[in-house]
Amino acid sequence: MSSETLTAQETDWVLPSPRKVAMIFVILTESALFTIFVVAYLFYIGKSLVPPYPHQVLHFPWLGSILLFGSSGTIIVSENHLKKGSISGFHLWWGITFAAGVGFLLWTINEWMHLIYQEGLTISTNLFGSTFYSLVGLHASHVLVGAFLLGLILFMSLTGRIRHYHHEHIEMISWYWHFVDCVWLVVITVVYIISASS
Amino acid sequence: MADQTTTLDVGTQQLPARPGQERGTLTGWIQDLVYTVDHKKLGILYVGTALLFLVLGGIMAMLIRAQLAFPNGHVVTPQTFNRLITMHGTVMIFWVAMPLAFGMANYLVPLMIGARDMAFPRLNAFSFWLTFFGGCLLFFSYVGAPGLYGSGSAPAVAWMAIAPLTSRAFSVGPSTDYWSLSLLVTGIGSVTGALNIMVTIFCYRTKGMTLSRMPLFVWMTVTTMFLVLVFLPPLSAAQIMLTLQRYLGAKFFDTQAGGSAILWQHFFWIFGHPEVYILVLPAFGVISEVVPVFSRKPIFGYPMMVAASVLIGLISAGVWAHHMFTVGLTAFGVTFFGVATLMISVPTGIKIFNWLATIYGGKIRLEVPMVFAIAFLFQFLIAGLTGVMLGVAPFDWQLNDSYFVIAHFHYVIVGGILFAVFAFFYYWYPKVFGRMLDKKLGFWHFWLFTIGFHLTFDPQHFAGILGMPRRIYTYHPGRGWELWNFISSVGGIFQALGIIFFVYNLIWSARKGKVAGDDPWDAWTLEWMTTSPPADYNFERLPEIRSRRPLWDLKHPDDPDWKFE
Amino acid sequence: MKAAHHPAGRDTDVIEGTSRNVQWPNCLFLLILRICSALKYGREKLIRRVFLLIIGTLPGNLGAQPADQVHAVQNIFHPLSKPAEILDDTARLVLLICLVIFLIVGGLLLYSVVRFRHRGAEDDTSEPSQVYGSNAIELAWTIPPILIVIVLVLITARTVGEISNPQFSKNVVQLRVIGHRFWWELQYPDYGVTAANEIHVPVSYLPSTPRPIQMTLDSADVAHGFWVPELNGKLWVVPNHRNMMWIQPSVLGIYLGNCTVLCGDQHANMLIRVIVEPPEDFEKWIAGQKAPAVADPSVEDGRREFIENSCGTCHQIAGTPGANGVFGPDLTHFMSRQTLGSGVADNNDENLRSWLRDPQVLKPGCLMPNMKLDDKEVDLIFAYLKTLK
Repeated sequence: MSSETLTAQETDWVLPSPRKVAMIFVILTESALFTIFVVAYLFYIGKSLVPPYPHQVLHFPWLGSILLFGSSGTIIVSENHLKKGSISGFHLWWGITFAAGVGFLLWTINEWMHLIYQEGLTISTNLFGSTFYSLVGLHASHVLVGAFLLGLILFMSLTGRIRHYHHEHIEMISWYWHFVDCVWLVVITVVYIISASS
Repeated sequence: MADQTTTLDVGTQQLPARPGQERGTLTGWIQDLVYTVDHKKLGILYVGTALLFLVLGGIMAMLIRAQLAFPNGHVVTPQTFNRLITMHGTVMIFWVAMPLAFGMANYLVPLMIGARDMAFPRLNAFSFWLTFFGGCLLFFSYVGAPGLYGSGSAPAVAWMAIAPLTSRAFSVGPSTDYWSLSLLVTGIGSVTGALNIMVTIFCYRTKGMTLSRMPLFVWMTVTTMFLVLVFLPPLSAAQIMLTLQRYLGAKFFDTQAGGSAILWQHFFWIFGHPEVYILVLPAFGVISEVVPVFSRKPIFGYPMMVAASVLIGLISAGVWAHHMFTVGLTAFGVTFFGVATLMISVPTGIKIFNWLATIYGGKIRLEVPMVFAIAFLFQFLIAGLTGVMLGVAPFDWQLNDSYFVIAHFHYVIVGGILFAVFAFFYYWYPKVFGRMLDKKLGFWHFWLFTIGFHLTFDPQHFAGILGMPRRIYTYHPGRGWELWNFISSVGGIFQALGIIFFVYNLIWSARKGKVAGDDPWDAWTLEWMTTSPPADYNFERLPEIRSRRPLWDLKHPDDPDWKFE
Repeated sequence: MKAAHHPAGRDTDVIEGTSRNVQWPNCLFLLILRICSALKYGREKLIRRVFLLIIGTLPGNLGAQPADQVHAVQNIFHPLSKPAEILDDTARLVLLICLVIFLIVGGLLLYSVVRFRHRGAEDDTSEPSQVYGSNAIELAWTIPPILIVIVLVLITARTVGEISNPQFSKNVVQLRVIGHRFWWELQYPDYGVTAANEIHVPVSYLPSTPRPIQMTLDSADVAHGFWVPELNGKLWVVPNHRNMMWIQPSVLGIYLGNCTVLCGDQHANMLIRVIVEPPEDFEKWIAGQKAPAVADPSVEDGRREFIENSCGTCHQIAGTPGANGVFGPDLTHFMSRQTLGSGVADNNDENLRSWLRDPQVLKPGCLMPNMKLDDKEVDLIFAYLKTLK
């Protein structure tokens, strides 16, 4: 089900890689989904009728951001190791990436528990709570899926199931992971910078 | 060129067995359909599902028309009526028109681009079964929603689920949730299906088929699926927000907590307007294939047709608030969206002119597909013009939410899209089943349905002009609406008869229709190059092409397209 | 064909008055009459005539003569109020443009289908000349639509501006409309009047002395819509989103309209009634609404039943302790209304008794439950309500 079905003469007929095209469209469609939650968040800034308000309870997410953006770097390092053929290097850095992703999730849980139990902010408290938890939660769910994929690849590689021709599959997972990071950048801007200062 | 000759030879073999027949047993046949990942069988499943829901949605329409035929009607209760209109709209758009788009694309696209299947066959099956399950979930609301307290049943909040009517306080029971959840499920099916089709088109075209040599149906499908990918998520997002509001007390559209009912509408129509282009673009694709073949000329202005379609897709992203002209937008908002809406009429009009120019100077054969296509052109012209009228905001300020709007969009969806779908059936049925649909039954179907269509929807323009609003379960005599409603209801009977003839034709011709052969219409695109029905692998050898009409080149070696394009 | 009682200033009134008297048998005669009139009047008014020709022959309500004439059939092309007239001018022009386009394109289509049919033997498979396209032709048929769109855009912008930025004279009447499920609450803030369901407004006899009515639209629950076609276009009535519209009716009468946004089971019977009356009558009505409730001692038993059965927790009756609820319509001057149930039925004895016995019979799904009154209670409350003029 790929260009292998063409006969030998047709070597100048090159079409894009289906995996890459598919992942580009996945990112496109997910971006559309996130956009609506971002729009809802922006629209409702300043419109909550009751506290708590963003500037009261939000603190810049240093730890979470370092973990997540750092993991984008470490995933690139691990891919380079894979391209060079250094499987142990690939395992190490991929594992660090996975750990960073899990760390981000733990950090999120910690932040939410603080917001819920100490600050009294839940999804039903006010418009800020509804838009905050839905947007940040949607992002966190994507991090969860990404972490699961990272863990799966790590497991499959450690058990010897990954071959060199899986490099494109792995590259697509790293594209997804970079996308999740880009969304975090948008979330930081909208939630922790714009709304926390207004 | 040797490849082309052998491929052509393959085409003249005997009729291969139809899907499942080789298994021999009923259970074998069902198993085959349930487990299949073959794009052709999935295409048939999609279209079959759409037909089933068309009949169900049509029965709902008949009940609605029965209730409205006379003033102070007592056919159904007000509660039942509100459920009927909600279900009718939801079912027709999401479980008839969209599965038709996906089914047509599924069946035809790999054949038209010279591929063996979709890019991700298992994902394809997943997409279909999600769509089907979503429909079952929605209908389960009739049975399951009453729950413990006897409240609920099918959703009754209109197909656009108006906020804040949808909040817990005003929609008691889980009926609204059946609306949200069934659409969320089906939405995932649609997005994954669209992804599959896009990847297939970009990555599996046969050699020589550059993007500018793809059949127009494939181009329309690309645009459609792009719109699905980008604009279905807003609906899902809004539904997630609504469900969070109804179950976790979120405040998104809770006006008591400062939420905005208008925001729901923005989100819904950001999806809702591109959705109608998602529905109509495949119909454009069908017409763009049928009209040239039966006029015996290539489509006039292929590049312009592509450009116009892509432009329509792009502009459709920016017109959504013309559904909201009367909710209380600012004057600037009204003007902006009015301008964008009027702009979109230019490429749409150009397409009509191009179809016209294809017919002009041709040698028209009035076979059943062409007759439906010509009716499409007239009716879509009218639909487009009433759309232009509604696009002028002051005009819409009177006629929004009235029967004039109902008449307009049924003209597009029934008079336009459904007629194109009928053309699709009569044109490609021979390819799918190896037999022609009966011509005489086809003309009975055409005339009965056309008469019924006009009887039903022409008077509704007048009812709207005379002040009849939408979504009312009855009306008092003396408002000037009685005559129009009565005629409108009578038309429903003719449409139902037309559908009966159609379904009978589909079933009868599968066994008794004239054997079609590979290319009964003397057409020019790749699907006609293989057997009818095609073998599982589509083509024995993947063809190599040099123009937009590969079969024309083969049949006219002294006058091939690639010398002139 | 007597000229209807119309303010001067709209010289089309004679024709429009006659159109309202159309009975189907007289239709043809009137058509001919109108064609002659159309030729007589100047070209700039021809458009108006042409449309009256086509659309005016739709069944129209009877001419607006006495103040109690009911305009039951509302036709958007028979505007009787300034904003509706502004919309009507635009609507006719747009309709004309689209009609012309339809005739041209539809005509070409019909011509092509007929002229280029395959003629000759069935097995004649010769192909016509294969034409792929023409850039010149594409350009030629792209320019006119763009020009038409520009014209339509300009029309839109002008009309939107005209309606959205009205300059009100000082005698504007303020009216607050609050949508409920399934009735309309009305407040006249200038006069301190609260009423329900039936809107009274003064007529604007002359364009030179207008008396506009500025309406704010709010909702107490879900989204509703307000539409009386001959008075203005429609507007949504949304909670937490105040909208503004205005009317300036020039013809006396009773105008019927509907709620236009699905709001629940009885959306269809959330009817609107706008009573356009001479200014003196309007002032009289206001005075009547401001007065406290009629305190007729002979129905004291009925008043007590009304309070004891908790009717007062939903319905306000001014000056009556225990009756100050705002969930349902104000009943202080209930008998001054022509209909009950927001237009679902006429306000007569039979319907009132039926309503008291069980409102769900006349309006199934409305939010007044069956209060399970026995016959005696119904009689007493009935007698009491009948005194609330």
